[in-house]
Amino acid sequence: MTTAAPQPLPAGRARQLAAEFGLTPEEYDRVLAILGRAPSLTELGVFSVMWSEHCSYKSSKVWLRELPTRAPWVIQGPGENAGVIAIGDGLAAVFKMESHNHPSFIEPYQGAATGVGGILRDVFTMGARPVANLNALRFGDPKLPLTRRILDGVVRGIGGYGNCVGVPTVGGEVNFHPAYNGNPLVNAMTVGIARADRIFTARATGVGNPVVYVGSRTGRDGIHGATMASAEFSADAEEKRPTVQIGDPFTEKLLIEACLELMATDAIVAIQDMGAAGLTSSSVEMAGKGGMGIELDLDAVPQREEGMSAYEMMLSESQERMLMILKPGREAEAEAIFRKWELDFAVIGRLTDTGRIVIRHKGVVEADIPLAPLESEAPLYRRPAAETPKPPPLDPASVPDPVGVAEALRRLVGSPDLCSRRWIWDQYDSTVGGQTVRRPGAADAAIVKIEGLRRALALTTDCTPRYCAADPEEGGKQAVAEAWRNITATGATPLAITDNMNFGNPEKPEIMGQFAGCIRGMAAACRALDFPVVSGNVSLYNETVGRAILPTPAIGGVGVIEDAARAVGLALVPGCELVLVGETRGHLGQSLWLREIAGREEGAPPPVDLAAERRNGDFVRARILAGGVRACHDVSDGGLLVAVAEMALAGDVGAALEPPPAGIPAHAFWFGEDQGRYVLAVEDGAALLAAAAAAGVPAARIGRAGAPGGALVLPGGRSISLAGLREAHEGVLPALMEGR
Amino acid sequence: MAIALERAAGRPPAMLFHRETELPRGTDLVVLAGGFSYGDYLRCGAIAAHSPIMRAVREFAARGGHVLGVCNGFQILCEAQMLPGALLRNASLRFLSMDCHLRVERAGTPFTGRWQKGAVFRSVMAHGDGNYFADAATLDRLEGEGLVAFRYCDARGEATAEANLNGSARNIAGILSPNLRVLGLMPHPEDYVDPLMGGTDGLPLFESLVDALAAAPA
Repeated sequence: MTTAAPQPLPAGRARQLAAEFGLTPEEYDRVLAILGRAPSLTELGVFSVMWSEHCSYKSSKVWLRELPTRAPWVIQGPGENAGVIAIGDGLAAVFKMESHNHPSFIEPYQGAATGVGGILRDVFTMGARPVANLNALRFGDPKLPLTRRILDGVVRGIGGYGNCVGVPTVGGEVNFHPAYNGNPLVNAMTVGIARADRIFTARATGVGNPVVYVGSRTGRDGIHGATMASAEFSADAEEKRPTVQIGDPFTEKLLIEACLELMATDAIVAIQDMGAAGLTSSSVEMAGKGGMGIELDLDAVPQREEGMSAYEMMLSESQERMLMILKPGREAEAEAIFRKWELDFAVIGRLTDTGRIVIRHKGVVEADIPLAPLESEAPLYRRPAAETPKPPPLDPASVPDPVGVAEALRRLVGSPDLCSRRWIWDQYDSTVGGQTVRRPGAADAAIVKIEGLRRALALTTDCTPRYCAADPEEGGKQAVAEAWRNITATGATPLAITDNMNFGNPEKPEIMGQFAGCIRGMAAACRALDFPVVSGNVSLYNETVGRAILPTPAIGGVGVIEDAARAVGLALVPGCELVLVGETRGHLGQSLWLREIAGREEGAPPPVDLAAERRNGDFVRARILAGGVRACHDVSDGGLLVAVAEMALAGDVGAALEPPPAGIPAHAFWFGEDQGRYVLAVEDGAALLAAAAAAGVPAARIGRAGAPGGALVLPGGRSISLAGLREAHEGVLPALMEGR
Repeated sequence: MAIALERAAGRPPAMLFHRETELPRGTDLVVLAGGFSYGDYLRCGAIAAHSPIMRAVREFAARGGHVLGVCNGFQILCEAQMLPGALLRNASLRFLSMDCHLRVERAGTPFTGRWQKGAVFRSVMAHGDGNYFADAATLDRLEGEGLVAFRYCDARGEATAEANLNGSARNIAGILSPNLRVLGLMPHPEDYVDPLMGGTDGLPLFESLVDALAAAPA
């Protein structure tokens, strides 16, 4: 026998629990109004996770709407599990980036590993085979033992999951700053390939259609993970470890194969992975998107532990699980596929026309909630935002060069933010699948070919948080522009981005001001560069004991190049001429030179002139595709001389440099971080300069590549051996990780 | 791996599911490709060595069939006791994904016919458990019988300690069965069969196999 209505909690107890689950008194009053009574424990659990910051985007939604999301090549913008763009030949790239910051601080290995697992599911849920993983990582002061422990665990976790599941990890970025001491950022991105006409969504339709659960069994892990991820850390963060899930990449691999096998049939109506808030969010969102009702019988849910309550099952974040709506009568066919892959398969409910989610367990109705108001009445906040005051520009006269150009270069290439990331990428399988044309460190964007075609994807992740902190709007612009530039520097055409907005506590006006400013800048850059946002994720409350991280809107960029063989890397080629494209003013404000050499973090960040950015980038891309460009590297952190040094180290080829133009101090010329610039190694410098002049693009010869091995020869004859530079560049991270 | 086999042989290989029990009629080469069978949750390859299809693979090898095991495939061959020794955790205790150089120690086998002894080629390694181990007597026997196929070396061909990235006994990267028809190796020669993907250093292994199998009686 089934009881007709859920058992409400006693009023006082319900209000107290609601507060513990993170609902404000006003939000709880809305729950009462929607239900017309006090909620049951399960219902309260459903409301609290669906209305958590993590699931509802209640503080960020009003701002996110300002981002451009359309272009002729966009097939699916934000709102689904991942974004989808057309990439030619009837194919689509499906991609998204997502944070796993809070779990990675509490338990670095599993936090990072399940971050990779979650984003993979978001992509193959849409019918795409994952072909590449990237990441964007931020850690605290590298001298702290805690930072080393977290970095080591995160790298092992990303590798452990990605390597095992057989998807290459092809790119990423890492920054260090004390602002991340108590709150590292782990943003994982997956890119998949699907047929453009075979994209699956989470929109459930068809009254009576079966609701099917596949994948791993449900356990008690990760209960209230979404709530945990929607609050700041206090000093007792360690105690939150039970909210972190455990990854099982082998099951994920089986799940990918089984889902793609079933997707090759026409049995699936809708599908969604069980990510944050597990069974709750997947069932509520699928039914909600289709305007349906849904009934779940939790007795049918495959369970790993005995005696689980409805509340526990609905809030579990056990990994490697998916929910699907099948066409009627297709259960047996689908079940056979999942059994073949040794995965659990269970019909756990039906779609209804009631517009309600009804959850039964052991003959009792544990929840009965109208779906429309769960979404339409969800809290939405335009929180007070205090603009970050514009910092005064740095007075160039106030920053004399204390050490000289050669010594500054040696120190910069060995600084934590610029040193070689080889120690990290050597632990990621970057070649599995056999399509990685340009591996980590070989080009400004990773180049991953589409199997059987010449066409390739160009992939990158970028953000410069110190710029965002100083001037959120310019920083937001720069993050998008740099992703666009990195793709352009390979010869590929940038198409779209995914964003991962990592910020502090949105209830503080200055944090909301950072968020709003970054969005404004990003939106301007997306529009100017035809580089829309098609998916994304917001991670707020990145604070520990009241200290916020730097604002970090990490950008994952995707581009396409018709012929992978035309893509260029950054490795210098002997005998080439070096040409700098873009204008150099010697902007030292917020530069790494200023921080690492002068010991100051101040001034305005370099402004991004979006018209110049577009013009310079379009010129560079056209020249690469026209041939004759042997290497290309954008000028970013550390400035021009660091860019040239990186090219020389990558190719193990020296270079002789010409004197800077008059009027700019040498250190400002070589280490300023002016935007919109590229260094090209070309066979015919004069031809490139002529083409640039004709296109109205600033360009100047800055030197000539030398011989293999060799040295960087500065104007005036000072020679810096590549061997010495390499030692400074590559020795740092291994030494740091060994505590030296 | 399938791409490399097709490139060398001119036709795609048949893919078998682990629960199958028979090889297709006319099979002349079995390849155990890389990958994390069963997640490597137990010892790498330990569970896959007991997959239903492995009985057929073992019988095929016993009849003189050619078998190539790369990375996880090498681990499976060792766990199945089709090759001696074991692959331990890398000495650094970290996953290693990077280029390495291999020196051909035994030419004239079905896998190395296109190389001269002492030839050096570039390959990709991507493994956490590639540290080859066997007792001294086994190592002496392998060396004495010329069953070491490849050793880790530097670009000049010196089998130095620095070039032995995973800490393998005597720099051993790949070994052969006594009849020279079963090869296991940790690095991935199949990753370098196309100039676009970084080079064709690994192609001779597959071309050698095509030569050998074309010459072998069906």
